[in-house]
Amino acid sequence: MTRRHKQTLARILVAGVLLVAAVLTPESWGLWRLPIFLIPYFVVGWDVLWEAICNIAHGEIFDENFLMCVATLGALVLGEYTEAVGVMLFYQVGELFQSLAVSKSRRSIAQLMDIRPDSAHVLRGGEEVTVDPDEVQVGETLVVRPGERIALDGVVVEGSSSLDTAALTGESMPRDVEEGQEVSSGCVNLTGLLHLEVTRPFGQSTVARILELVENAAAKKAKAEHFITRFARWYTPAVVLGAAALAIVGGLVTGHWGEWVRRALIFLVISCPCALVISIPMAFFGGIGGASRQGVLVKGGNYLELLAKTRTVVFDKTGTLTQGKFALSGLYPVREEDEEPLLRWAALAESHSNHPIAQSLRRAWQGDVKDHTVTDVEEIPGRGVCATVDGVEVLAGNAVFLSQHGFTPAQDVPAGTVVHVAAQGRYLGFALIADQVKDHAAKTIAQLKAQGVRTVMLTGDSREVGEQMAQRLGLDQVHAQLLPQDKVDQLEQLLDQKPEGTALAYVGDGVNDAPVLSRADVGVAMGGMGSDAAIEAADVVLMDDDPAKLLTAMSIARKCRAIVIQNIVFALGVKGLFLAMGAFGVATMWEAVFADVGVAVIAILNASRMLYHKK
Amino acid sequence: MKKVFKLEELDCANCARKMEEAIGKLPGVHSASISFMTQKLTLEAEDERFEEIVGQAQKCISRVERHCRIVK
Repeated sequence: MTRRHKQTLARILVAGVLLVAAVLTPESWGLWRLPIFLIPYFVVGWDVLWEAICNIAHGEIFDENFLMCVATLGALVLGEYTEAVGVMLFYQVGELFQSLAVSKSRRSIAQLMDIRPDSAHVLRGGEEVTVDPDEVQVGETLVVRPGERIALDGVVVEGSSSLDTAALTGESMPRDVEEGQEVSSGCVNLTGLLHLEVTRPFGQSTVARILELVENAAAKKAKAEHFITRFARWYTPAVVLGAAALAIVGGLVTGHWGEWVRRALIFLVISCPCALVISIPMAFFGGIGGASRQGVLVKGGNYLELLAKTRTVVFDKTGTLTQGKFALSGLYPVREEDEEPLLRWAALAESHSNHPIAQSLRRAWQGDVKDHTVTDVEEIPGRGVCATVDGVEVLAGNAVFLSQHGFTPAQDVPAGTVVHVAAQGRYLGFALIADQVKDHAAKTIAQLKAQGVRTVMLTGDSREVGEQMAQRLGLDQVHAQLLPQDKVDQLEQLLDQKPEGTALAYVGDGVNDAPVLSRADVGVAMGGMGSDAAIEAADVVLMDDDPAKLLTAMSIARKCRAIVIQNIVFALGVKGLFLAMGAFGVATMWEAVFADVGVAVIAILNASRMLYHKK
Repeated sequence: MKKVFKLEELDCANCARKMEEAIGKLPGVHSASISFMTQKLTLEAEDERFEEIVGQAQKCISRVERHCRIVK
């Protein structure tokens, strides 16, 4: 609570006591009671009156302060003293409540985004000095102790540790880092002392970019927000005109001027669209903040809206559904006992090569090359390799290569890269090397399908690889052998096919697919940590490489949409109802003030649920 | 030119909307967006007259909420 909040609260309490005292005065005092009621009225409402006078001077007649003054002063003239003071009192209670709720949610979001480092420790002239992160130059050495937040992006030059990346990715598993690895600012160093060489100035660091992105997101308003803006523009004037018409027509027809003016004053109390104007942007803001907490950056409320109605998701294959890293995915020996030698011969024969295929064979084998002798290596690029391993002649390569050497390699092979192996003059079988599917890829696709979302995969890879992958993951559709420009064409077609009123999301890794990302209704980029291209081109960035984060993003988006719809229906419904009741003389000013501030408070509390989205 | 300004003492959401509307109508302004939650004004306007436009924006703001100021 700020000082101003406390002052308002004190005024409300004092005015409340004075009002009770005023009510207790005998009715027989008649007009003499007015000054007694005016004391609490001015205590609680003087600032509203003052604002109203100032705004009238500026020509703002549809100002809520002014309308509240007209309503309460009108009630005083009509002799409804208790109502007049009470309405002013409750109006202030509501305003205080709103202000507190908004500043609380603003603070919680600020806390969510509390990843900005206050200081950085750098080595200068052999001594450690503490400086503002802004002053650190690229190339300087940053010292990060366990428990500290990494202030700038850098490469580990000394030490090893595990990092808590939760603030960036929402991932609670610590990540191990060692010398030579890149680390992002915003992570918390958990175990060991690290020395980093700074690679980017603070202004371009991961933390600075994330903060900028989330703060700017509030400027990109959702359709629902624009709707509220348009609605608010005519709501107040319409209600005020309605009030005037009610008083004049009612008074002229029935002659009971007092009664109809009273009804008109009820309108004025309900004339502020505040409930909607605060709670709708707040829901989107909370949604964006909550999503960023879980490693999903959304660049605007409009994208949350589109994600909520996404019914087609198009995935890129490499780097999105798969890791984009080659690894051994299977051994297919002719005879069962050949399995171990098959891998060993292949790994050793290729031990001099740095080709990704050779590397993945070595990783899978796990043996030490130094224990063996590899001589007479002859590599035929694009075909294979021939070498003498521990005195045995070994051939490893594609089918053509082995056939040339008089072997008959297996014909029926699965999709992927196949390395056939022959040793000691005999064909042993083949090893299959393939891109690895990400852990949560299949689960993500299955859940999307369960939600009725159509899933499509685009890939530049061969038809066999693409189709096999699609089948394995359960995708609805696959388009293979696409060049980057074909992907855009294919996406255009999918955009034409999508059902009316729904959106299409494209999920890629931001490499080579920037045009597709920007063409889709929602472009979702994977792996924002460190990748400028992805953050630039996309509307939504999944900070770690996990495709399941898309599900998180969509569920936050749907929750946000639900809250927005609830608030619009609730606020308009209650206001409409009380306007009608006021017009027919059923509602009193007490109920009107509930329809105004009560509804606003409830809508704000509902919107603040967005801050607490569970994982 | 596009610039983001912090707003001080922006107290009411409906006022923020009115300010946004008024600033958006100023000549030379390409787009104006006020976020009540972040208390920020994002202003995109003609480069040559930017300073002048910011001054006019402040007037629009003061007319709706007297205490509210653009922090430069």
